[in-house]
Amino acid sequence: MITKRIIACLDVRDGRVVKGVQFVDIIDAGDPAVQAARHAREGADEIVLLDITATHEGRQTLLDTVRRTARELFVPFCVGGGIRSADDAAQVFEAGADKVSVNSAALANPMLIDAIGRSFGAQAVVVAIDARRDPDAADPVRDAQVFVQGGRKLTGRRVVEWAREAEDRGAGEILLTSMNSDGMRTGFDCELTAAVSKAVGIPVIASGGAGTVAHFVDVFGRGRADAALAASIFHFGVSSARALKQELAKAGVSVRLPC
Amino acid sequence: MRVTVIDYKAGNLTSVLKALRHLGAEAIVTDGDLAPIESAERIVLPGVGHFAATQRLDATGLTPAIRAAIARGVPFLGICVGMQWLYAGSSEAPAQTGLGHFAEKCARFPEGQEKIPHVGWNSLEVRPNSRLLAGVEPGEYVYFTHSYKAPVTADTAAITQYIEPFASAVERGNVMGVQFHPEKSGATGLKILGNFLAWEGTE
Repeated sequence: MITKRIIACLDVRDGRVVKGVQFVDIIDAGDPAVQAARHAREGADEIVLLDITATHEGRQTLLDTVRRTARELFVPFCVGGGIRSADDAAQVFEAGADKVSVNSAALANPMLIDAIGRSFGAQAVVVAIDARRDPDAADPVRDAQVFVQGGRKLTGRRVVEWAREAEDRGAGEILLTSMNSDGMRTGFDCELTAAVSKAVGIPVIASGGAGTVAHFVDVFGRGRADAALAASIFHFGVSSARALKQELAKAGVSVRLPC
Repeated sequence: MRVTVIDYKAGNLTSVLKALRHLGAEAIVTDGDLAPIESAERIVLPGVGHFAATQRLDATGLTPAIRAAIARGVPFLGICVGMQWLYAGSSEAPAQTGLGHFAEKCARFPEGQEKIPHVGWNSLEVRPNSRLLAGVEPGEYVYFTHSYKAPVTADTAAITQYIEPFASAVERGNVMGVQFHPEKSGATGLKILGNFLAWEGTE
């Protein structure tokens, strides 16, 4: 039986893991290679490394960090940040990533999704969507908006429509981050995640807001997520992926255990 | 132990090479040079992406060299699309023929029930006497990412359930294939690659 994935996310800036609250208030949380290895050892089903500075400072993803992190990692490894072309993606794959995550570059040039998919297969393309809903909108879920540049810039696109387009262009997965919930530890945006998951036929990874085991149970149930991303819940010894999955199993969620 | 890894420009090789080298193998890559196939002790055909990419194996003349190596008894492991290529073909690229070592064809998962691609960790129901999957216990998981799959037949070494049962591993003589990614399947995956590297030939 297919299991729900728990994905450890490392936000990286200048080669260091950092954690912010709603994309600001950044604090240092260690070396990416060490952290990734620890998460894999402690039961994470996958590792995502997002270079959060790459896009708005116009830098390439830190290929050295990717290479170093990938060296002894034998679980799926996805890298995002600063990937603007199929060539950029090729370098990241060459450095040891299994998937790339594209976000603002795909919004600026949606053909990027097609191009990477054609060269490396749909399974290698994750389209990351930073979503924010306006609680005062007529339909906050349907009208949820796509933002770029670390949440600073509105794109004018609606989340569910963009997810559908990404799928049509050949994305293999959607990584949906709720910016309302990100770093708040108050739970995932289950309504929005469910809306996207129902709208597309590809797996959806929920992100933003994990604080308790119950939040994960909720997003895998009501939120219809295929996987969930967690960062701060692990970083400071709050929990390991294994401990989280043991609790999820008790709650009836199918997870990879033992791991 | 030496392993020839075939690069046919379908996705990246890095992860497979890393895992083989981690296990102590000396991995040699060929993207068209026939000598490393002709002198191969073992061959791994990785692959992610589209079945059409296997056209390159024909274009570079690797296909007959691989066929000859298999006939000599060289242990051969196909991974993901590399496994699918061992069959007659795939509905993903109907014009492209596979090796035909296994007579069946690969087909897409039926639409409308679950997410496609099948992405994530799923379990294996290992058939008795599989050498490739020796030591893999019930309840161990491996990582999949694919939209096309091979049917369950007498050569199936493991069955996985997603929408319907499909062949997650195949094995006949010195020819083996896995639909999942052992190089991305943690300790279980390394154990399976280790079995392939340790395999001494047909009994």
